[in-house]
Amino acid sequence: MKKTLSVLLSLALVVTMAAGCSGGTTTSSEDSDVIKIGVFQPLTGANAAGGELEVEGVELANQLRPEVLGKKVELVIADNKSDKAEATTAAARLIEKDKVVAILGSWGSSLSIAAGDVVKTNQIPAVALSATNPQVTAGNDYYFRVCFLDPFQGTVMANYASKKLNAKKVAIIQEVSNDYSVGLAKFFTDSFVKLTGDPNAIVATGNYNTGDQDFNGILTNIKAANPDVIFAPGNFTESALIIKQARALGITAPFIGGDTWETNEFITVGGADVEGAVMSTFFDDTNPLTEAGKTFVAEYKKAYPDRANIAAVTALGYDGYMMTLDAIERAGSADPVAIRDALAETKDFEGATGMITIDANGDATKNEAIIKTVKDGKFTYLDSVTVD
Amino acid sequence: MVVGMTMETFLQQLINGLSVGSLYALIAIGYTMVYGILRLINFAHGDIFMMAAYFTYFGIAVFFMPWYVTFIITIGLTMLLGITIERVAYRPLRDAPKTSLLISAIGVSFLLENVATYLFSGKPQAFPEFPLMTTPFFIGGLSFQPVSIVIPIVAFILMSALLFIINKTKIGMAMRAVAVDYDTAKLMGIKINGVISSTFAIGSALAAVGAILWCMKYPSVLPLMGVVPGLKCFIAAVIGGIGNVKGAVLGGLILGFSEVLMVAFFPALTGYRDAIAFVILIIILLFLPNGLLGKKQVEKV
Repeated sequence: MKKTLSVLLSLALVVTMAAGCSGGTTTSSEDSDVIKIGVFQPLTGANAAGGELEVEGVELANQLRPEVLGKKVELVIADNKSDKAEATTAAARLIEKDKVVAILGSWGSSLSIAAGDVVKTNQIPAVALSATNPQVTAGNDYYFRVCFLDPFQGTVMANYASKKLNAKKVAIIQEVSNDYSVGLAKFFTDSFVKLTGDPNAIVATGNYNTGDQDFNGILTNIKAANPDVIFAPGNFTESALIIKQARALGITAPFIGGDTWETNEFITVGGADVEGAVMSTFFDDTNPLTEAGKTFVAEYKKAYPDRANIAAVTALGYDGYMMTLDAIERAGSADPVAIRDALAETKDFEGATGMITIDANGDATKNEAIIKTVKDGKFTYLDSVTVD
Repeated sequence: MVVGMTMETFLQQLINGLSVGSLYALIAIGYTMVYGILRLINFAHGDIFMMAAYFTYFGIAVFFMPWYVTFIITIGLTMLLGITIERVAYRPLRDAPKTSLLISAIGVSFLLENVATYLFSGKPQAFPEFPLMTTPFFIGGLSFQPVSIVIPIVAFILMSALLFIINKTKIGMAMRAVAVDYDTAKLMGIKINGVISSTFAIGSALAAVGAILWCMKYPSVLPLMGVVPGLKCFIAAVIGGIGNVKGAVLGGLILGFSEVLMVAFFPALTGYRDAIAFVILIIILLFLPNGLLGKKQVEKV
């Protein structure tokens, strides 16, 4: 009995291995009539909800425009598991095994930065969708992005805290293992100190790690410092738990944060406690600025009729795909280096989130941010801010 | 940056430490029990904890069962899961070298994490709210969540019940016999399989209670939520002297208090909070290799 089983098992192993090999050879043909684009996202782990929202945007765009240069576009989705080490492997696998000609993603600056070297050495262009940290594109000719950057976002939120909320003293809670969170906290601090003219305007700083669940220790310290406002850029799950625990400790100061909060899980986990939380983001689905934006909103509502609102990162996923296809068309070929050159020349491309022009760093020049708040369990438009 | 701390802040931090520490203690008992009997570090314990959290989530948020029914079902299912894991992954390896057993435990841990990710998605689910347990009340400037007071009480009751089972009942005597000498116990007619199954059942039930209380306090459920608590509670069990139930509780409390007090006194170091567990572990093991309450082990030939 045992012997038969082991023979069967080894047979199964051989068959799967053979299948793996044959799969590898058929997909690697260069002259196929398929153009492969990698979608590089966290689909499991702490950032999964964010990754899923971007994939929705990319897939929607792919349904609307499934072909370029007469060839079918095939999306290859790779999960980077919300982990920096996995991110490098996932990007390498997309390039080496799946032979993609371009990569879209990832949600989360740290994950995008981790893949930076891989795309650069393999000369495969990548378009970051909502990764806002400057490090993503800095010194990397192959990484582009369709969203605004953190120095801008930090300024927007510092202005909001200082001018709209009349805050004099702010406490910061940051996710120390996350480049996005630390970077945004720093840009916010610089800007807020400049606005108030008070070098001690940041009265307390609390650090935590991705995946932490208990924040009572740092919140008790912050309560003692008695800030007017708490700025807590970071992952949505942890941020929602932070706000819940802060309210339970009797902290009443308003919480403000960045674009990563805008996921459904922020509200489901945070419940009534995240009501009134304010964040900056990229796109307002109730008032799209461009024709492309109107098309996107209409198509999204058709595809997902039961969603209360459209996350900005979904719109950026849509833009990233459309901009890449536009570049492939202008390049006239699916050669990765030609696509890179075409991406770098993108000018006045009409995206759902606004007009996109790629600058010398590979960044989209955007100067408008949307401020949203949680109201009655929904992300609601509050204000739009333009900084020149 | 050491802030001049008020008494109020300090007391609040002690309350925080007590509730985190008691949670660690509850989960650490499960590790220590299995180790005491099988000399096996059950690395899947943290993932059994995670599955218990999902059982509760599904019971209340998806199937709309009343909480008391859900809690009973959760504890039952988790016990069943623990027994099944032992039956399928550990029992066939009982006579194999201990390393094989350990690797099997790690395998079960990965299996549970990936099955959970596949079945329940990698996204966090919101654990249902228990306003009775989470609505804070204030005494002076101090905030108390009822759940933070319930946790140490439950931990204490369960520890006492467990000590009673181990020291005063027949099955407890059998457990102790198996722990002292597996082969002799077998020769004396003790039903080894039954004893080991009950050990896993009790350990898993404690993980289930720990998971329910944990999620009341930190209401998000994720497939990887068991990893960090699992690791920390393992450390707590080792600090207290693995194999010793009182030691596990002591280790859990020490870990909880030191984490929170480090945050309180050295706010700049809060990002290194997880590292403190390992630092304490190394220091204690350097001076007391068997943990605080552990007995000196004589390797049997």
